[in-house]
Amino acid sequence: MNATAPATFYRVFALAVLGFIVMPLAVIVWVSFFSNKILSFPPAGYTLDWYTRAWERPEFREGLFLSLQTALFASLSSLAIGVPASLALTRYKFAGRDIVTNILLSPMVVPGIVGGAAMYIFYIEFEVATEVQVAGTLPGLFAAHLLVALPWTIRLVTASLIGIDHSISEAAASLGAGPVTIFFRVVLPVIKPALIASALFAFVASFIDLEKSLFLVGPGRTTLQIAIVSYLEWNLDSTIAAVATVQIAIIAVLLLITNRYAQLNRAF
Amino acid sequence: MSEIVLSDVCKHYGEVVAVQSTSLRIGEGELVTFLGPSGCGKTTTLRMIGGFVDVTAGRILVGGTDVTRLPPAKRNMGFVFQNYALFPHMTVAENVAFGLEMRKIGKAEIADRVKTALSRVRLAHLADRLPKQLSGGQQQRVALARALVIEPTVLLLDEPLSNLDAKLRQEMKTEIRLLQKSLALTTIFVTHDQDEALSVSDRLVVMSAGKVEQIGTPRDVFERPASAFVADFMGFTNLVPVKVEGHGRGQLRNGMAIAIDKESPIRGEGLLALRAEHMSLSSKPVSSDVNTTEATIEALTYRGSFVDYLVRLDDETRLQVRGEAQSPFAPGQRTFVAWQPDAGTLVAAGQA
Repeated sequence: MNATAPATFYRVFALAVLGFIVMPLAVIVWVSFFSNKILSFPPAGYTLDWYTRAWERPEFREGLFLSLQTALFASLSSLAIGVPASLALTRYKFAGRDIVTNILLSPMVVPGIVGGAAMYIFYIEFEVATEVQVAGTLPGLFAAHLLVALPWTIRLVTASLIGIDHSISEAAASLGAGPVTIFFRVVLPVIKPALIASALFAFVASFIDLEKSLFLVGPGRTTLQIAIVSYLEWNLDSTIAAVATVQIAIIAVLLLITNRYAQLNRAF
Repeated sequence: MSEIVLSDVCKHYGEVVAVQSTSLRIGEGELVTFLGPSGCGKTTTLRMIGGFVDVTAGRILVGGTDVTRLPPAKRNMGFVFQNYALFPHMTVAENVAFGLEMRKIGKAEIADRVKTALSRVRLAHLADRLPKQLSGGQQQRVALARALVIEPTVLLLDEPLSNLDAKLRQEMKTEIRLLQKSLALTTIFVTHDQDEALSVSDRLVVMSAGKVEQIGTPRDVFERPASAFVADFMGFTNLVPVKVEGHGRGQLRNGMAIAIDKESPIRGEGLLALRAEHMSLSSKPVSSDVNTTEATIEALTYRGSFVDYLVRLDDETRLQVRGEAQSPFAPGQRTFVAWQPDAGTLVAAGQA
């Protein structure tokens, strides 16, 4: 009896923590179907109206498309830059390697609002110096989101490359493979789960970013997160819950698809 | 022709000398084992031959061709790694086919040769498995098939048996040796296990601290170690200080005159290497053509079919002597240690 008391306690505690994590998500999904005019409890009835309403508002529609577009760009470009960078960081010993690694990971630890402001100021100064406008342009936004995504790619791909047994590359070499063949036929397939996972995390990190976009999105454009914040300033109804539910659904589907093609738990 | 010649090959990492200048000739079809404790330079030497480690100086020739500066991909050597290094995402057949694909061989021929290679190691039925679905011994055989299918000029094996359990190790040892002989393939085998080395090799290269201590047949090395290090490594449990007087005469520290090897060039202070199992204990002195000295039993360890005694000579020299299980000695008892003059090997005094 006494022996199992701690076990029971741990079980209850673990369930409580899980509940704490899942509850807000469950509640938001639930609320999105309430027919109440303003966000309130208990539900007066259930409806799908909030979803059609959200879709009818152009800022949500366009915000969603811009966010998806930006996230896709961030995800792919961070792979294109992050994979070679990770290879260099894991394969070669060079002076300042740790510093380079930390610089590449730093966007993860700089508060988004600070990073966003800094980028904005940098873009303006750049414009002053070169007369090329970056702030408020699509490339400017994309570049900022690359920064949001890159640390994820570097982190995951580096970890995977460190874990890879170097002797399989040597085995390939002794069997007659050159460096390029070794990379594409041996290294790449082995780190594929990490590549897919990092593409996913990069996508999500960019998709949910609010702070950098806030500074850089430019007039006449909006991302989904900005649209949500501006809507909340003036309205408090279940439209927001509907938008949030769609977001949760998109990310959940991405996770499921990814997990089908790459065992995510093996990517770390 | 695929003899391997190392001429004055050495490897330095900055100030650290991993392999001292080494010259060596490994004949066509010969299996030579690099034997030594970890850090002795055996694997580094093998990796230099394989092309994974740059040589600091010296030349490596295979079949008369200088390969010193060739990348591994151009050396056409079969390399088997300690952890097998199979490609985890490829099936057994794909692993074996890899080297042939690199040689731009036609699909049909690849299929044929992969099949032959896999049946040679009795794995044809597992061609479609992934490496992780195989046991250690099976993975080892895939690694072997993959290395052999490219028809390499030489075969290099880096501790190929160290990850297998005792029974499998015995099997694989025999299998590797038979395969190597049937292909008459020049082979280098790296191990730290003297038993493995003795049973598999034509010749041994015993290394210590980056230096070759002795090159010879298993019998040479086992019976006539060239240095205190080799003697110790090959299981000579006793290295007894002895003053060599020449003409086959020597003297132990306790003053006892003994007969020793006449041929040995060693003079003055030397060490007499003796195996515990080549000595015996008795309660009375034995005949005078056997070396005998008086000692006290200090401790004994029952080992089942025999007993290991630790005995002390009067000058505090300790010896390990192996006795029969039912031999009657007890700690504290006086006894006589005896050995045949030809059981001992003289080596130069130096650190073991």
